[in-house]
Amino acid sequence: MKYIDEYRNKDIVKYFANQIKTISNQPIRLMEVCGGHTMSIQKFGLPHLLPENVELISGPGCPVCVTGREYVDRAIAYSRLEDVIITTYGDLIKVPGSSSSLEREKADGADIRIIYSILDAMLIAKKNKSKRVVFLGIGFETTAPASAAGIIKAQTASLTNFFVFSAHKVMPPAMESLIDEGVQLDGYIGPGHVSTITGKGIYENIPKKFNMGVVISGFEPVDLMQSIHMLVKQKENNEAKVEIQYSRVVKPDGNKVAQDMLDEVFEPRDDWWRGLGVLKDSGLKIKRKYHKFDAEEMIKVEVEELKEPKGCICGLILRGEKKPKDCKLFGKACTPSDPVGACMVSSEGSCHAYYLYNR
Amino acid sequence: MTMTKNNDKIILGHGSGGKLSHDLINNLFIKHFSNSILSQQSDSAIVDINNSRIAFTTDSFVVDPIFFPGGNIGNIAVAGTINDLAVSGAIPKYLSCGFIIEEGMPFKQLEEIVISMAQDAKKAGVPIVTGDTKVVDKGKCDKVFINTSGIGDLEERNVHISLGDNILPGDKIIINGSIGDHGMAIMAARNELNINTHIESDCAPLNDLIADALSVSDNIRFMRDATRGGLGTVISELVAGSDYGIEVNQDKLTVHDNVRGLCEILGFDPLYVANEGKVVMVVASEDADNVIESMKKSPYGEEASIIGEVSYDHPGMAWLNTSVGGKRVIEMLSGQQLPRIC
Repeated sequence: MKYIDEYRNKDIVKYFANQIKTISNQPIRLMEVCGGHTMSIQKFGLPHLLPENVELISGPGCPVCVTGREYVDRAIAYSRLEDVIITTYGDLIKVPGSSSSLEREKADGADIRIIYSILDAMLIAKKNKSKRVVFLGIGFETTAPASAAGIIKAQTASLTNFFVFSAHKVMPPAMESLIDEGVQLDGYIGPGHVSTITGKGIYENIPKKFNMGVVISGFEPVDLMQSIHMLVKQKENNEAKVEIQYSRVVKPDGNKVAQDMLDEVFEPRDDWWRGLGVLKDSGLKIKRKYHKFDAEEMIKVEVEELKEPKGCICGLILRGEKKPKDCKLFGKACTPSDPVGACMVSSEGSCHAYYLYNR
Repeated sequence: MTMTKNNDKIILGHGSGGKLSHDLINNLFIKHFSNSILSQQSDSAIVDINNSRIAFTTDSFVVDPIFFPGGNIGNIAVAGTINDLAVSGAIPKYLSCGFIIEEGMPFKQLEEIVISMAQDAKKAGVPIVTGDTKVVDKGKCDKVFINTSGIGDLEERNVHISLGDNILPGDKIIINGSIGDHGMAIMAARNELNINTHIESDCAPLNDLIADALSVSDNIRFMRDATRGGLGTVISELVAGSDYGIEVNQDKLTVHDNVRGLCEILGFDPLYVANEGKVVMVVASEDADNVIESMKKSPYGEEASIIGEVSYDHPGMAWLNTSVGGKRVIEMLSGQQLPRIC
């Protein structure tokens, strides 16, 4: 298949594996901060191809995983309102809240629909005028522009029964916070999709402040192996810079149209990340001028008291301090079909990827 | 039933064919229906009647949409049960069918489904000899649900096949063609996705292909049809708890380009996508080429290939040698990848 097979070429992957072996002398710890990378690394079995001194750890790059239980609890509370239809991407419905999940509420009769685009949610709102349709807006700079575009469209179409419940987050504060907190790293495999929107400027602080490289990577095995090679090379040459491996998609300045939409609809707010706590300006709140589409502003509900599960070390895993196998619950009390923590739910979550491919 | 936090209600995942389904079957049905035949849990029950061995199986079909490229709910209802009998090593003999029909269903559609079933049953030489019809209020089922049961004649020498008792390290893993076609045909046919691609279901009765393979080899050691949960689930179920391991080579798997493309878009792994016309066989190494050759003569086996091997290494685990030279574990599908696929 064109544009895929080239990037899954065994010989090229092998070439980079050999190059990495040849040039790398020192131990090096690299973190991928995009769930798509975690999935791809495990799916293609890439760790098997790396020398022992090159360690890959998974960071907080799965949006479902870093979203707090409060968010799920609130979504569940919305779903219990008689006149509310919840629309969501599929990942979220299995995430456990304090005492339930959207999947269980659905089995109980709540109107919860899995959709593939916010436009589907708007269509549902148009067809169900007597209902309030809440779209669960989750994801980083990658999906946030689509939510912004949806809200602008809803404004133009004068929809009065359509709301977005935003858990949208931005990536750079988390990347800096991890290093600030002392997680030992030598470089970041930078998120390909996020950077497509933002460009590379948002990471420039990392080499400057922490003397650490960032290579924005694509998602295929050749992309990832080449990115790892670039990071090893930086480290061996005592360099630290932002580079783009995924240049066939990511432009240095990103996608201006999408950035403008984000600015139009959202403003930064301090936000809570599982495993990292509250990070300054890391979340996206819907601006005042679009508040009539903001579920948090417009739909009041009582949310049950927060309960965190015992023994789950999702937080430490998201910080790269522990691996899924270090968790007592992993593969026993916590499996993809009966997850305790969000990292086991999303197909991009570290625990889920490890469970499927690397037990 | 041991109550975990997911088990106080039935959720869609319980019907996925993956881990939740297994838990439900073991902790509810097997527990209460408890008998030695059922606990074998093979594709067909093997029963003795008047000293002859009979394979006996049943399956219900709730696919949405009921018509899709390459077939309709009737085709898979006939092929599915025939295949369950055939992979047990039996020669399918008779089928029953039960229809649950939603009030308001167009007669023409029902007729088209019934005609497809009649044609497939005739082609496969397995007549439908009894049936039942129920009509329920509009909204109480989705257009039509079909159950088929079947019985087949099982020769003594083939009894071991459904149990996989004779599998040995060195045996080859064979599949009769590409993977993922049925599941992705259904996904593409669902209107909500708005995707323009033509993927045909691989739905097919495999009794002739299997009978031919059994006629060229006495060393077919295991067979299973890779339906819900896909090839990956068959492999991981087979290896679980065994004293051998399995290695599958990704570059030997055939995945058609359009199937692969849609899988890429939707984030599915073709290894876990449903098929309706694929049989996975474990065959003694010396007979593997003969079996492949025999499969290739069938219209349903043109792309047959050896995809892996039973090994002494890593007992109880299946590994995939990835197409880029990496390695990963093949696990059972967990949760639901696709609901109402068959």
